[in-house]
Amino acid sequence: MKQKAHIKFQLNGESCEVAFAPHKTLLEVLREDLALTGTKHGCELGECGTCTVLVDGRAILSCLMLGLEAEGRTVKTIEGMAQGVELHPLQETFADLGAAQCGYCSPGFLLVADELLEKNPDPSREEIKEALSGNLCRCTGYIKIYEAVELAAARKRGEEKELPHECLFGLD
Amino acid sequence: MSQNGSNKKPLNVVGKPFRKVDARAKCTGQTKFADDIVLPRMLYAKILRSHVAHALIRNIDTSKALALKGVIAVVTGRDLPIPYGILPVSQDEHALCIEKVRFIGDPVAAVAAIDEDIAFEAMNLIEVEYEQLATISSIEEALSVDEPRIHEYGDGGNIHKKVSLEFGDVEEGFKEADLVHEDIFFYEGSTHLPMEQHAAVARFDVDQKLTLWSATQTPHYVHRALAKVLPLPAAHIRVIATPNGGGFGGKSDPFNHELVVAKLAMITGRPVKITLTREEVFYCHRGRHPVLMRVKTGVKQDGAITGMHFQSFLDGGGYGSYGVASTFYTGALQTVTYEVPRYKFQGLRAFTNKPPCGPKRGHGTPQPRYALEVHLDKIAEQLKLDPAEMRRRHLVKPNSVTANYLRIGSMGLGTCIDKVVEGSGWKTKFSSWDQAKRTLAPGKGIGIACSSYICGAGLPIYWNSMPQSGVQLRLDRQGGVCVMCGSIDIGQGSDSILAYIVAEILGIDPFDIRVVTADTDLTPVDLGSYSSRVTLMTGNAAIQAAERARELLVLAVAEKLNIPIENISLADRRVFDVEHPETAVSFAEAVVLAESKFGTIGTVGSYTPPRSPGKYKGAGVGPSPAYSYSAAVAEVDVDPATGIVVVERIWIAHDIGQSINPVLVMGQVEGSVYMGLGEILMEEMAYRANRNIVHKFPSLLEYKSPTTMEMCDVKTYLVEDPDPNGPFGAKEVGQGPLLPVPPAVANAVYDAVGVRIDEVPITPDKVLKALKEKERGRSPRFGPDSVPEVAWPEPLRVLTPDEGGDGREMPRVAVHS
Repeated sequence: MKQKAHIKFQLNGESCEVAFAPHKTLLEVLREDLALTGTKHGCELGECGTCTVLVDGRAILSCLMLGLEAEGRTVKTIEGMAQGVELHPLQETFADLGAAQCGYCSPGFLLVADELLEKNPDPSREEIKEALSGNLCRCTGYIKIYEAVELAAARKRGEEKELPHECLFGLD
Repeated sequence: MSQNGSNKKPLNVVGKPFRKVDARAKCTGQTKFADDIVLPRMLYAKILRSHVAHALIRNIDTSKALALKGVIAVVTGRDLPIPYGILPVSQDEHALCIEKVRFIGDPVAAVAAIDEDIAFEAMNLIEVEYEQLATISSIEEALSVDEPRIHEYGDGGNIHKKVSLEFGDVEEGFKEADLVHEDIFFYEGSTHLPMEQHAAVARFDVDQKLTLWSATQTPHYVHRALAKVLPLPAAHIRVIATPNGGGFGGKSDPFNHELVVAKLAMITGRPVKITLTREEVFYCHRGRHPVLMRVKTGVKQDGAITGMHFQSFLDGGGYGSYGVASTFYTGALQTVTYEVPRYKFQGLRAFTNKPPCGPKRGHGTPQPRYALEVHLDKIAEQLKLDPAEMRRRHLVKPNSVTANYLRIGSMGLGTCIDKVVEGSGWKTKFSSWDQAKRTLAPGKGIGIACSSYICGAGLPIYWNSMPQSGVQLRLDRQGGVCVMCGSIDIGQGSDSILAYIVAEILGIDPFDIRVVTADTDLTPVDLGSYSSRVTLMTGNAAIQAAERARELLVLAVAEKLNIPIENISLADRRVFDVEHPETAVSFAEAVVLAESKFGTIGTVGSYTPPRSPGKYKGAGVGPSPAYSYSAAVAEVDVDPATGIVVVERIWIAHDIGQSINPVLVMGQVEGSVYMGLGEILMEEMAYRANRNIVHKFPSLLEYKSPTTMEMCDVKTYLVEDPDPNGPFGAKEVGQGPLLPVPPAVANAVYDAVGVRIDEVPITPDKVLKALKEKERGRSPRFGPDSVPEVAWPEPLRVLTPDEGGDGREMPRVAVHS
C-alpha cells in the first residue's frame, strides 16, 4: 500500500508536485521533501513566527498548516523572494542595515514584511511593529528590522531615500 | 610595520558601514544551518531524557526499542563511559547518564532510526528504572542539605565552589567612610533562547575519520571533547561549526547530543542527525545563573568609594559547566568602572537538581552589575548627590591597574555618561531626590547606570601557552585572497570582521575576499565565539597575517617598479607609489610578482593576550586585553494600578574603541539593550511543582521574551576611545551594552513610583507588593532580606597596587587566639 499523499500547487511562481507522508506539516514538506531549507523552525508549535511563508499572499505559520492544505494554492517562500540574482528591496535593506544578524528568523520577518508592504505601501512605525509582532528575533532588538522595512517601503514607492546617518553610525 | 594596524593611513574599510560578507545569503535563505544539512542514507537520532530530577538509574531496557522496525542502533551511558565538561576542573558530565540523573532533562539513552518519527517512537519504548533521591532545589537548600550529594566533588556537601579574596583591608576602608551602606539583591536566571534549536550531524567515513557539523560557538572545545569521549585521535576528527542561528553563550559547552550522534555514526556507519526540540533547548540551558547578592560599600560624602565587600551565591543547576568561571566573574568586574581602593569578594556556587547554568551574554556580570548600580543609586540618594555626577566623579583612570589587578587601557566611560546625560535631558528630568522638583509626569521616571565588560579572557579555558587565535591567509596569482580562521559567526559578523581587516591592509574590497571559518580541518584554531573575544583576537591575528602578506607584495613591487619600499601604498586594488600614484600595478599583478619572487604566498598571524599583572590564585578570571564601557539612561512609565512597567526609551552610549563596522556595532548595542530589557522586565527560568524542580514553561510562548510590542526605543551613541590592544583600537560590543540596562530600568522605576525592586525581573506583582508596603508606611521595597550563613574560608589576601603589592597573595599567617 502506498503511504504518501500527492499534491500539486504553485510554489514560488512555478508549478510543483510533491509526494509526502500525509501527516507532515507544510514546513516539513518544504524542508524535507522539496529541499527548500530557507524556511526555518523555532518551536514547531506556532509560537515564534520563524517558519512564516506566504500562502495566497497571506503570511501563515507553516508549522501549523498541513502540507495537504497547500493543494491548489500559491505558496511563496524566502527562495522565491528575489528575482533571479536581483534581491527584493526588503532583502537589500535588510542586508544594508544588518537587520539579519544570525539570519535564522530573517526569512520569516522578510515574508511578513513583504505581505505588509503589498497591503500598505507606507506603513507607520507602529503599523510595522504590529505587523511584525508575531515574529521573535533574539539578535537585533527589532530596530534595524523596522528601519529596513521603512527604507524598503520608501524605495518601493519610488522615493530616493538614503540610509539615515543615525541608523548607521549612531547619534553624534 | 606598526602594531594593530594603526599605521596612520586613511582608512578605506575600517569604520565604514559595509554589508556583511554573508548578508545576501542570510537574506535569501541560502545560509546552511546545521539542521539544513541532509546526507545520503542519513539516520535521525532522539535522546531519551530523564523525567525525574535526582535518581539512581537501576536498569535500562532497550529491547523493545531495538526491536522496532527501522531502528538501527540504541546507545546508553555504558557505550560512552568517559566523562567530559568544558572546564578541566569540572569534568562531570556524561554523554548519557550512567548511574545517576541530576535534573529533569538529563540524557539517558539514544536511538538512531531511518526517520524521525520512528526514532521518536523507539525513544518512548526505552524503559528506565529509577531509584529516586531527595532533590535540592535552591541555594539555601544546597547549603543546608549535605546528603544526598548531587556530585561527589566540590567544596563539600552540595557546594560546587567557594571563593574568598580580599584586596587591601576592607574593614579599614569602612572605618574611613562617611557612610557605609548595605543591600541584598536577587537576580533570577534566564535563558539564551536562540531562535535556532541546537542541531548536529555526524558522519563516520569509510576511512574511519569522523566529521561533525554542529551549531556550536566553540568548535575547538567540541573537537577536544569528541577526542576524549569517543575516544578517537583528535587528528581523525573534523568539526565544522555551522553558522549559529543565535548563540548568546548557549552553544558554548560541548553537548551530549554532539557526542551521541558521533557515537551513533561510528556504530552504524551512516550519517546521523539530531535536532533538539524547543523543550530540549530549555533543558540544555547553560544560561544566566540565579544569583543572590549582598553588597556593602563605604563612601565619602562626595561618593568616593573607600571599600567594598561583595558576596554572591549562585544557583548552578545540575552540572559544573562554566560555573567556576561564572562564580569568579560575579566578583571580578566591580572594580573596573569606579575607583574601588579596597575590595573583598566572597562567592559560592551550589549544585541543584535543575538544568545547568553557564555563560549567557555578559557571563556572570549582569547580576553583580545590577546589584552594584542599584546600590550606588541608593547611596547617591542618601548623599543627596546626582547619581550621574557621582559616578562621573570617581571613574577608574585609563592606563591604571585596579585593586584586584585588572589592567585598564582606554576608558571612555566619562564620555559615555556625558552623551546619555545630555541626550536624555537628564538634568531637567531627574528629580534630584526631591519630589518637589519633579518635572516628569506622575508614574514616569528616569534612571542611570554604567558598566564595563572584557574584550576576551586573558587566559584560555585549558592551560596552554599557545595563541588564542590564529589566521591563515592565502593569496593566489589571480589576485584571490582567502582568509582562514577557526572563529565561528554566530550572527555578530565575525566572518565579515576578518574580511574588513584584511581588505583594509591589502587595499582591496572586502567582497574580493573568500572567508573560510570554523572548520578544524581547514582553519587554524580560534578558541570560539565567547567572552567577547573574537573581534579583538581574530582581528589582531588577521592584522599580523595581512601585514606579513603586504610586506611580500611591497618587496616584490618595489623591486619591479624600482621605487623605495616606504613609498608603496596599497589601496583601491592597486599597489602604487604614493609620490607618483600612476606608477602602479594592479593587486593581482602584485601577487604575481610576489609569487614569482617568493613562491606560493601564504602567511599566518596569531594572537596571544598580554600577561596580566595579577598572580594570585583566582587571578585568571577578569583580566582582559581591554575593557569596553557603557552608560545607559532609561525612561519608564509605571502604572501604579497594575504595576506594569513600560520602558519607553533607552539612551545608551558605548565605548567601542574603534568601530570596525559601525552598523554592526549599532546592531550589537540594540540587541544587547533588547536582551537586557527582557531580563529586567520578564524573562525567568522558573521552576514549579514537585519541590520546584520542574521547568515552569519550556516553550517560546510562555517563557516571556520581548516582542516588537515590548521593545523600547533606543538612542545609541558610539564613543570611540581606541585601545592600544585592540585591532585598529577596537573593543568589544557583543555583551557589554546589555549590562547597564537592567539597573538603569530598576533605578528609573524607583524614580517613577518610589519603590525599590531589588529582585530581577521587575514583574507587575512585585511592583504592586512594594507599592502596598509603601502605602502601609513600611519599607517601599520588594526583594530578599537575608543571605545564608556560610562558613567562608579565610580570604586569600592580596596587597593592592597602591599598597605596593606585587599581584601575589600574602603568605597565610597562623592566627593565635
